[in-house]
Amino acid sequence: MSAVADNYPELQKLGVEVLSVSVDSHFVHKMWNDYELCKMVDGGVPFHMVADQAGNLGRAYGVYDEGQGVEQRGRFIIDPDGVIQAMEILTPPVGRRVAETVRQVQAFQRVRESKGSEATPAGWMPGDPTLKPGPDLVGNVWKVWKPSMEKK
Amino acid sequence: MSELPAGCARPTGAVIGAAPSEPTSNPEKPEPKEALMTARVGQKAPDFTAPAYYQGKFTNVSLSDFLGKWVLLCFYPGDFTFV
Repeated sequence: MSAVADNYPELQKLGVEVLSVSVDSHFVHKMWNDYELCKMVDGGVPFHMVADQAGNLGRAYGVYDEGQGVEQRGRFIIDPDGVIQAMEILTPPVGRRVAETVRQVQAFQRVRESKGSEATPAGWMPGDPTLKPGPDLVGNVWKVWKPSMEKK
Repeated sequence: MSELPAGCARPTGAVIGAAPSEPTSNPEKPEPKEALMTARVGQKAPDFTAPAYYQGKFTNVSLSDFLGKWVLLCFYPGDFTFV
């Protein structure tokens, strides 16, 4: 979570609010912030640390592990209308890559600004060309996008 | 969002619109609960209200408090874990 907190200024610039959720109580969240996370992130965690002790939120989002009583690493990008645009769920030992989350948010924002008239190809980064789906693009994606563009 | 009094009760989060959990007939072995809602891409995110810690305060927060903004909702296994 400290990685997300560290990237919070960049997320805020994009107008993104963060909520972190685990089965720990809000009291434990306070202790974790005050005793450990504040040593990794200046000023401590800047967003809401949500307590889901009964696992109700985790069940609704399909990330609650009934056997272990914990939540898997589930990350959801929710748009301003409250619609889930992306989700990624990892088992506990592997952490997320926040830069990829930021990239996806930027891509979804670009698509939303275009009111759905643009799509972002694989590996799209801000500044890269987008695709404009329509009759002229059918069979012609190769003219505007190549797999090598993803690997730069 | 509202500030939450820090009492001894252990409030937990609840999905908005979900029925409160009923005691099961056999308390020794509760039936696995069925998912009330399933989060899917392209669908509305299940709204919830839950206690939270936010910058020195205890608050009650709902997902719907943030309608009109992009939200990054991150679940993780637990505080004081290592990743």
